Amino acid sequence: MWAQLSTHLQYWFIAILLLLGLYGILNKQNLMKKLMAMNIMQVAVIIFFLTLGQKAGGTPPVLIKGVEGAEAYVNPLPHALMLTAVVVSLSTTGVALALLVRIYRHYGDLEEPDVLRRLGK
Amino acid sequence: MKPPFGSIILDAAFRLMIPFILLFAVYVLVHGHYSPGGGFQAGVLFAVSVILVRLVHGRDAAWGVSRKGAVILACLGTFIFGGIGLLTVIFGGNVLDYGALPLGPHEAEVRAMGTLGIEIGVTIAVMGVILTIFYAMIGKED
Amino acid sequence: MTEHTPALIVLVPLVSALLLPILALVSKVLARGWTLVALLGTHAGSVSTLIYVLANGRWHYYLGGWAPPWGIEYVLDPLGAGMATLVSFLALLVAFYSGPYLKDAAPLKTGSFYALFLLVTAGLLGMVVTGDVFNLFVFLEISALATYGLVAMGGHRATVAAFRYLIVGTIGATFYLLGIGYLYAVTGTLNMADLAERIMPLLNSQAVVVAVALILAGFGIKMALFPLHGWLPDTYAYAPAPVTTFISAVMGKVAIYVLYRVFYFILGGTGPVLPALTVLGWAGAVGILAGSLMAIAQRDFWRMLAYSSIAQMGYIAVGLSLGNMMGITGALLHILNHAVVKGGLFMVAGGVFWRTGIRDIPSFIQMSRRMPMSMAVFVAAALSMIGIPPTVGFFSKWYLVLASIEASAWPFVIVIVVSSLLNAVYFFRIIENSYLRFRTAEEDEVAVGGTELPATMLVPMVVLGVAVFMLGVLSGEVVTNIISFALPWGTQ
Repeated sequence: MWAQLSTHLQYWFIAILLLLGLYGILNKQNLMKKLMAMNIMQVAVIIFFLTLGQKAGGTPPVLIKGVEGAEAYVNPLPHALMLTAVVVSLSTTGVALALLVRIYRHYGDLEEPDVLRRLGK
Repeated sequence: MKPPFGSIILDAAFRLMIPFILLFAVYVLVHGHYSPGGGFQAGVLFAVSVILVRLVHGRDAAWGVSRKGAVILACLGTFIFGGIGLLTVIFGGNVLDYGALPLGPHEAEVRAMGTLGIEIGVTIAVMGVILTIFYAMIGKED
Repeated sequence: MTEHTPALIVLVPLVSALLLPILALVSKVLARGWTLVALLGTHAGSVSTLIYVLANGRWHYYLGGWAPPWGIEYVLDPLGAGMATLVSFLALLVAFYSGPYLKDAAPLKTGSFYALFLLVTAGLLGMVVTGDVFNLFVFLEISALATYGLVAMGGHRATVAAFRYLIVGTIGATFYLLGIGYLYAVTGTLNMADLAERIMPLLNSQAVVVAVALILAGFGIKMALFPLHGWLPDTYAYAPAPVTTFISAVMGKVAIYVLYRVFYFILGGTGPVLPALTVLGWAGAVGILAGSLMAIAQRDFWRMLAYSSIAQMGYIAVGLSLGNMMGITGALLHILNHAVVKGGLFMVAGGVFWRTGIRDIPSFIQMSRRMPMSMAVFVAAALSMIGIPPTVGFFSKWYLVLASIEASAWPFVIVIVVSSLLNAVYFFRIIENSYLRFRTAEEDEVAVGGTELPATMLVPMVVLGVAVFMLGVLSGEVVTNIISFALPWGTQ
């Protein structure tokens, strides 16, 4: 069991981050905390993709003279995909922050029960 | 945001930092092929320099980008990206097929130049977007 | 130029969206004109692609000139081309419809509205056209982010609804990303056709089972499958009318199209997909009943239509889960039905609200006297929702009931029939109010004057109302000529 833990440690880490993010979105009352938890969840998925491309002893995927063969380089495709995912995360956070600023200016606070009560539920 | 944020130390220090940030941003943009970096990171660095000036000097900063300017930059940058895509169609290849651009005989070089053009578009777009987000957060209520 | 149409139908709205804020700063009329021209061109491109694909089979288009599986390719088959035609048609109609709403908005706001609208269209068309799972995620996020911005334009309550939709929608997209991460981990490719080949020997491995569950959960959030529908009523109720029309008509359909594509075309409809389809069917059935019952309980017209949307997505889910030819045909025909009908219903709701400020059902008394054409379109749409011939809603429900009988899924038969009666209850309330009740004396004084809507809002509504009947009468041809090619074991 310890041998499996040592090789799969990164996946446990990712799972904990993912569940922490989900817990934050579901349980926290403050809208800003929900946004931060959402960010943690996205980071967990990004790290998941990156660990898929790692190889033991691999070097970053930039061509070095004298080092040939694909086994020496880390798989660059997940890195390229995750660049896109990071930018998506940035845009989502940007839109969410702009929405939060408007909510704060109009309602005066960011606690979800108060905002929902004033919304008329 | 009305009073300037900085003290005299900040005022002196940031003048030293801004040229280096800008130069590093251009380096990151152009060396996206050979080292970690590329369009997104360079755009963020450009935006950071503008935001730093705005934070230290407040609204009457001598150098910066206005609100409308930020939106126009964002549109312009993405339009360069899409425009190169359409340009490759006009020159006969598929969409975003840089090999079709008439920039020289060596195909690898032509593709590298096409990618650089795209990255410049992305840099300008990301700079515009981050500045728009910044202005949305500090701006007036409308 | 015409051999690049698959990419152009995505690229033209995208590039136009980027030009629009600058054009709107120059002139609002120029911005609106450019939007309409771009959407007209996109729709013409989609229709020509559909005709080509029905005649000649799948159209593969390699982006950047790189051949798959290394490059991203756009694949159009009859299903994708049909969905692209539907999306671009509704986008064109809603762009026409939204003119009077922006009459006295500031130029930058007009430009931003049209830019975001074109971005949603480009994102949805990209989702439909692409043949690469990660590209689908990118377009999903493009359309979702633009939708959050559009929904937030409806005022202060809409901003809160947009924020909650953002959180829930991003969870859905993140689940989908994690799911395709698992698929990439076991096969090493992201291209849909290549994935379909390579996943065959691995179908029962743990990674694929988890991937199926995650993709079902992710897109279940996006299409408002029963327990995951909480974001929908607030979003539809508070967003501006053109936005609600477009997203109710089209966004859930593209999400269920993706589920259809992943479950039947990539994963082949066997293995871990079968329990997932069972879950989809039961969640859909419960959603039908829950949505219809909640719709009866509503006082606000828009909220009622939102809960009715949840119920209708349940029909499509039930049809897809049955798995036989009739079921999938019924589901695809119901996609067509609901897009046209819900678009028409929200256009009527928006028009009534715009002209008279009335949103709650008890105030609809004698609305037919004030706005006869709008209420006529409403009656046509309501007949289709209930399932009365010769509207297309009758035929889609007929296929679904036949499919349920063929698969011996008697609970589904009961659910479909009972929910048709429930639909009748809540639609007839409004028809009764607007046509048959008479105002008392004090209601007559309070009633605000309102004549019929301007032509630019009325024409799209009437087009959709006529389409309901025409598609119903022609549903046989639609099924044999278009939908039968979209089945997973079809001739293509």
